[in-house]
Amino acid sequence: MTTEPPVLLLREHFDTLLEALARRGYKVVGPTVSEGTIVYDEVSRAEDLPVGWTDEQEGGRYRLKRRDDAALFGYAVGAQSWKQYLHPPRLRLVKADRDASGRMSFSDGDDAEPERYAFLGVRSCELHAMTIQDRVFLGSGVADTHYERRRKRVFSIGVSCGVAGGTCFCVSMGTGPQVTDRTPHDLALTEVIEEERHYFILTAGSDEGREVLAGLPVTPAGETEVSAAKQRVDQTAATMGRRMNAEGVRELLLENLEHPRWDDVAQRCLTCANCTLVCPTCFCTTVEDVADLTGDHAERWRRWDSCFTLDFTWMHGGSARQSGKSRYRQWLTHKLSTWHDQFGSSGCVGCGRCITWCPVGIDLTQEIAAFRDHPITPSPSQP
Amino acid sequence: MSTCFDDPDPEAPKAVSMLPEPYVVVSRNQETADTFTIALRPADGGVMRSFAPGQFNMLYAFGTGESAISISGSPEDGGVLVHTIRRVGAVTSALDRLAPGSVVGLRGPFGSPWPMQQVRGRDLVFVAGGIGLAPLRPAILQVFSHRADYGRIVILAGARSPADVIFHDELHSWMQEPDTEVQLTVDRADADWHHHVGVVTTLIPRARFDPANAVAMVCGPEIMMRFTAVEMARIGLPEARIFVTLERNMKCAVGLCGHCQFGPEFICRDGPVFRHDRIRHWFSHREV
Ligand SMILES: Cc1cc2nc3c(=O)[nH]c(=O)nc-3n(C[C@H](O)[C@H](O)[C@H](O)COP(=O)(O)OP(=O)(O)OC[C@H]3O[C@@H](n4cnc5c(N)ncnc54)[C@H](O)[C@@H]3O)c2cc1C
Ligand code: SF4
Ligand code: SF4
Repeated sequence: MTTEPPVLLLREHFDTLLEALARRGYKVVGPTVSEGTIVYDEVSRAEDLPVGWTDEQEGGRYRLKRRDDAALFGYAVGAQSWKQYLHPPRLRLVKADRDASGRMSFSDGDDAEPERYAFLGVRSCELHAMTIQDRVFLGSGVADTHYERRRKRVFSIGVSCGVAGGTCFCVSMGTGPQVTDRTPHDLALTEVIEEERHYFILTAGSDEGREVLAGLPVTPAGETEVSAAKQRVDQTAATMGRRMNAEGVRELLLENLEHPRWDDVAQRCLTCANCTLVCPTCFCTTVEDVADLTGDHAERWRRWDSCFTLDFTWMHGGSARQSGKSRYRQWLTHKLSTWHDQFGSSGCVGCGRCITWCPVGIDLTQEIAAFRDHPITPSPSQP
Repeated sequence: MSTCFDDPDPEAPKAVSMLPEPYVVVSRNQETADTFTIALRPADGGVMRSFAPGQFNMLYAFGTGESAISISGSPEDGGVLVHTIRRVGAVTSALDRLAPGSVVGLRGPFGSPWPMQQVRGRDLVFVAGGIGLAPLRPAILQVFSHRADYGRIVILAGARSPADVIFHDELHSWMQEPDTEVQLTVDRADADWHHHVGVVTTLIPRARFDPANAVAMVCGPEIMMRFTAVEMARIGLPEARIFVTLERNMKCAVGLCGHCQFGPEFICRDGPVFRHDRIRHWFSHREV
């Protein structure tokens, strides 16, 4: 935890934080309400946030509803994650030109200066997801320079959750709900609403965070206020919508690659790819090549892809993963098993998005429970 | 099972960029009806990349796309990068249309190489199915230019029909090399074919080499590699001395696009050459 004493910012002063960030040249993005869901968008005042809203989340179900207070952060995560800013859904990778003599030249297609974003309201699970993507894109060989350029400009304001979503299981994954120094962040806040007062307990996680705090009308937080904040987060931890026994799950899946449960889940799965698009750690992409009418200017675009598509493993002669079963198996074993081998942690942070946004409500916590309840003993492998 | 073999040499040169560099086609040779070989050199005085046998490049056909193509030439021929390509779809067809003097984009080299340093003094068995001979060719050429460093050389190559045999003349010239055995087989023979008929794995028990000391390098369709490993085990060549290459759709070649995952491995980065025992667990399952 941060060593400096936490400070208190009253709700009526919350806009000073947004103003301070804007003055520093950041474009502040955070949760907003749009078309019945919570989406990330530009926010310039506290009123732009989903004031007084909360969400109901279940397998295949999401609904916003009114709270009986005016909380700014009284809901869990929506379908989007911050990866859309750091790892854009579409990106021009390469520009290629050819002159009359046939000479070819190539230049970086991602040549615009990336926006400097301040991410407001990053949940602990999301900070963990960003740390995981840091390892994917920057920590395992060749660096993704597009990600790197965007990531290092971000100012992040974490929020420790005051309510657990119906599909959340960050406690099981060790990724929340309290924002801690295990994940880099610039500021962290916890919202407290009492009968008389509405305030935020803030801590700085970086030098720049400290500078920002120093310019705000904050007061030292008292012990009762700090413990009021802690009690709300503890309450969230105690009311997680889901749980998953993550211990040994890497081995569990490795040993059950031919388990009949894969057939069972394959019967339900539509291979629609929703789960991979909403997952804050999924990173796969494909490329598209286009040429203009003259044929002398071409571009190579990268866009998000999903291991649920048949094309994903297309090779001359057919796809390596023909069946929906093999594609669901790839996704789940990657998230929970082989991710450990590749990047030294689980690929799941327990945000619950894949459960909520699965049109048929497939729930990985239930799938894992099913493997645990009826494991098959590994058979000696055959050629 | 104790062994002196490491995974493929991690020190092979590897490119890091997503930006291709322009290369000029200096020559083109038609191998079979659908397969051709092109030699490339850097355009505009660019720097020639060195590579190790088994590595591949991403070749970009202007406006059409990129394909992973193994380097099929000798690593000691510093002048050109040679690629042997089978026309199967959009990109490979565009590459097929390139006449000498045309320009392509190239990124590379990528991937793990054959374990050439570690196999000195050993008998070497090369098993190739179809175009699988192309990625093995740099290793074979390296062996023949340092013939004394290696034991007996066995090359077992299979193709669908006599007309599909690539490097036909070269295979025959390798038959003349000392202490070397080259066996060819096809699935469907014609009247002029005087080699074997049948799948390439049937050649393994007939070939003369010492399983106690030999190293096998295998490249071909997955099913052929599975059965090769079985045959090798049957004659007593342990898995840790069998190296195979895996092939998957790949878009970035630097472990970031996710397409080429095979269990925990990124084939572009951790492969394509793998020691068989390292991937056996996943190799034994379908649709990985
Ligand atoms: C490490 C490695 C080395 C290779 N070496 C050679 C070689 O030396 N010679 C050769 O002829 N071929 C080689 N291949 C296969 C070659 O990459 C494909 O045949 C080629 O990409 C097909 O592209 P296409 O656009 O012509 O075909 P399409 O079928 O139109 O391909 C569409 C897309 O699918 C993907 N794709 C299709 N088939 C394959 C495949 N077999 N492997 C990977 N991706 C595929 C590509 O991304 C391609 O852009 C290699 C593949 C890998 C992974
Ligand atoms: S797998 Fe599901 S619960 Fe886990 S991080 Fe991804 S979307 Fe969230
Ligand atoms: S698990 Fe659900 S969200 Fe994921 S592909 Fe299958 S149906 Fe779609």
